[in-house]
Amino acid sequence: MEQQFNNDQLTEHELESTPATGFRVIWREFKKDKIAMGSLIIVAFIILGSIIWAPFIDKEALMKISLLDEFAKPGENGFILGADQGGSDILGQLIIGARNSIVIAIAITVITGILGVAVGIICGYYGGIIDNFFMRLIDFIITLPSTMIIIVFVTIIPKYDVWSFILIMSAFMWVSTARLVRSKALSESRRDYVSASKTMGTSDFAIMFKGIMPNLSSLLIVELTLNFAGNVGIETGLTFLGFGLPDTTPSLGTLVSFANNQTVIAEKWWVWLPASLLILVLMLGINYIGQALRRSADAKQRLG
Amino acid sequence: MWKTVVRRFLIMIPQLFVLSMLIFILAKFMPGDPFTGLITPQTDPARLEELRQQAGFYDPWYVQYWHWVTNMFRGDFGDSYTFKVSVASLIGDRGLNTLWLSLVSVILTYLIAIPLGVIAGRYQNTLRDKTIVLYSFVSYAIPTFVLALIFLYIFGYQLQWFPTSGTVSVGEDPGTWGYFWSKVYHLILPAITYAFLATTSIIQYLRSEIIDAQTQDFVKTARSKGIPMNKVYTRHIFRNSLLPIAAFLGFSITGILGGSVFIETIFGFPGMGQLFIQSIMGRDYSVITALVMLYGFLALLGSLLSDIILSIVDPRIRIE
Repeated sequence: MEQQFNNDQLTEHELESTPATGFRVIWREFKKDKIAMGSLIIVAFIILGSIIWAPFIDKEALMKISLLDEFAKPGENGFILGADQGGSDILGQLIIGARNSIVIAIAITVITGILGVAVGIICGYYGGIIDNFFMRLIDFIITLPSTMIIIVFVTIIPKYDVWSFILIMSAFMWVSTARLVRSKALSESRRDYVSASKTMGTSDFAIMFKGIMPNLSSLLIVELTLNFAGNVGIETGLTFLGFGLPDTTPSLGTLVSFANNQTVIAEKWWVWLPASLLILVLMLGINYIGQALRRSADAKQRLG
Repeated sequence: MWKTVVRRFLIMIPQLFVLSMLIFILAKFMPGDPFTGLITPQTDPARLEELRQQAGFYDPWYVQYWHWVTNMFRGDFGDSYTFKVSVASLIGDRGLNTLWLSLVSVILTYLIAIPLGVIAGRYQNTLRDKTIVLYSFVSYAIPTFVLALIFLYIFGYQLQWFPTSGTVSVGEDPGTWGYFWSKVYHLILPAITYAFLATTSIIQYLRSEIIDAQTQDFVKTARSKGIPMNKVYTRHIFRNSLLPIAAFLGFSITGILGGSVFIETIFGFPGMGQLFIQSIMGRDYSVITALVMLYGFLALLGSLLSDIILSIVDPRIRIE
């Protein structure tokens, strides 16, 4: 009922002024939905905060082992969030971990986004053999037990570093974006403006990336936001198991993985719980933002 | 109908071939060979070479591949060198545990998801619906390992309602009721965790199906015949919306297998997911290849099952 009412309001509003476009629509949606606005502020705070704060943390001092501070409780010995087994500050690890997890998830999202969009648009636009080939490939990769194969890759790659992890993850994560973009590009390529461009002799490349792609932009923003959340989840999960980021690059998953120790999970909640909750808040926040973006991309669902 | 099923089966053959090729290549890249584990200071290098010769280690790759595939069809996956038993029997033991866990998880998932989905769809935009939508949003967004850890911490360690690891308490004799109950008791927490995560798609699908069905002609007809709304829901809408849900069963299998790596590791549940992590840690490559192959095969089988159920349930899909 509420949605109905808002739609009525919207039409009334639109009669008076020209409809808002682009980012103004998104902004209006966020202004209308308080939870989405809250999520946006929290997520922006976590992302910017960790990226800005992390370089100021002295990594050497952080990793120094001091047995006196072993499992210091929050507030003890000047540790705001307590310390872990080696007496390292949890807060510092949390911020560096969050920064690493976020930056790596962004890198994976960008790589899979570019690959997925390119393959998706090309398949949707050309169709035929190219489309058939890629769709079979994508169907196949989607059914693969990707978690296990990523873990196998991680263990057999010599000289394993952050970049190898990003590439391995990307190799499995581009498929869903490609599939989504392809289905939209397919219907988009049959529109009149594409046929008009073709008759005017515009090159295929220009039609695909200057004609079709901008028309998919709202969909892409939503997809990339949700992918970003998914990538944070998968990266921290794999690191938690011990097959994600190398030890030299601590992530939120590293902190959570302390919970693999029975005494830690049962009695030293401050070691692993903050990182778990931070992951949880990030995931809920980004997903909620994604939903608000999805609503603003679809005029029928808009609240604002 | 049969045409669709047969065609779907035929698609699976090249997929299986590519999967086995991929795993074979991965296995080739893994350091060491099946005899690395046998090496002791007393091992004679010449004898080791001989063993390698015999096992066809120096054969061309296609011969090796052929051996590997044919052995697999006979159920021979080689031996595990950390557990010192054949891979097949090892996976058989662990697989049974995972099978039980999956079974309980799937039953729980459907038991939770179907009522919630129906209520959310029927009472759309009420408080009940909004609560259920919120629940499904949270369960969609939360990563498996975070939820599993939080559940383990709250229900296992803090409240101590459930055991925190294993499949059965020590001291129970197999075959007794106590043994059976202890097994079920150990399954509940991991299964609830899994079900919590898996309900999302079923709830959302069922909800939107029911909302869509409300405005369809067959519902109007039923209403105009004077059937009370309650009956329209249980007899007409529910049946129509429930059928496609059956098709989710295949995907559920795939989902459980993927999640089992995390859930079994966290709950210390000796199933295939935990075995996988243990073999990776112990570099037990014959077990790893067998497990990845098995998981891949089961995932393909799951999607095959889903497609077949869907084509039985929904005749429109058969016409392509």
